[in-house]
Amino acid sequence: MFYSATLILVQSASSITCFLRLFTCTSLVSLGLNSHPPPPCLYPSPSLTRLSWSTLRTTMLHLTTGRVGCLLSKQAVVALTSSGARMSSHGHHEVSDSVDMSQPMYWDRLDTPLPDRPWKDVLDSTDKSLKQKEKGPWTALSKEEKIALYRLKFNHTYPEMKRPSHEWKTVIGGMFIFFGITGLVVFWQGHYVYPPQPHTFGEEWQAKQIQRMLDMRINPIEGFSAQWDYKNKQWK
Amino acid sequence: MSLAKPAMRGLLGKRLRFHLPIAFALSLVAAAAFKYGVTEPRKQAYADFYKQYDATKEFNNMRDAGVFESVRPTGE
Repeated sequence: MFYSATLILVQSASSITCFLRLFTCTSLVSLGLNSHPPPPCLYPSPSLTRLSWSTLRTTMLHLTTGRVGCLLSKQAVVALTSSGARMSSHGHHEVSDSVDMSQPMYWDRLDTPLPDRPWKDVLDSTDKSLKQKEKGPWTALSKEEKIALYRLKFNHTYPEMKRPSHEWKTVIGGMFIFFGITGLVVFWQGHYVYPPQPHTFGEEWQAKQIQRMLDMRINPIEGFSAQWDYKNKQWK
Repeated sequence: MSLAKPAMRGLLGKRLRFHLPIAFALSLVAAAAFKYGVTEPRKQAYADFYKQYDATKEFNNMRDAGVFESVRPTGE
């Protein structure tokens, strides 16, 4: 009984799992990754523009992308993590149909924070050197390095996982469409399928029925006959 | 500034300590509301009805309306 009761506490559990994920990959509180999910078009925050290992080229890239637009800045963030190709250079994941279930899997799940393998296991030399640096004291890591390490290990942050979608519109729309179709079916059925109503539904018969119920004093205290004024022969 | 460590234990106890007194209070309120909103008025309605109830008069009215099978209306 208590176990099933604890399952109710999803919200607090979610924060615990989020905390676990952050703890395994250095403290990211200062980095603001646990704040509201970033809007799809994120202007680079001031901290990110101050790169610790930046060359002049990447600094220039940042300043220009800051001016040019959001999409490019997003690509600059990708370039920061030195991932090279588009997000994930994880070798043994097939783009098409089947997943090899005999290999450790990666997942983004709110309730299971730590997957069996990191997001990127095929590391290039920059990533490898960063992982080497991770073996030392974490206080030596800069903020950008910590973010890069997080992005090596995980695909989405918790706010990114929790981002709302537009699916509800599809669901509600489909619901109403089916309501409409059902309404048409019901109408057709009422016209073509139903047999004629029983004779007891007619006006005359119903009136006689009500009169008989009043004569029998049906529910005279709080119910049917209680609403009838027997003296003046009308409803109260 | 680091994130504060979230509460790791005592979650169920905390929830129960908050919700159980409320649950008990609301149950008592619901019971009292039903008693004084439904059962007491109903008892009063029955008492009032039977204070002025003349069984013989009602029987004769019903008989004259013709709803009985054991007795016919008076004058038949």
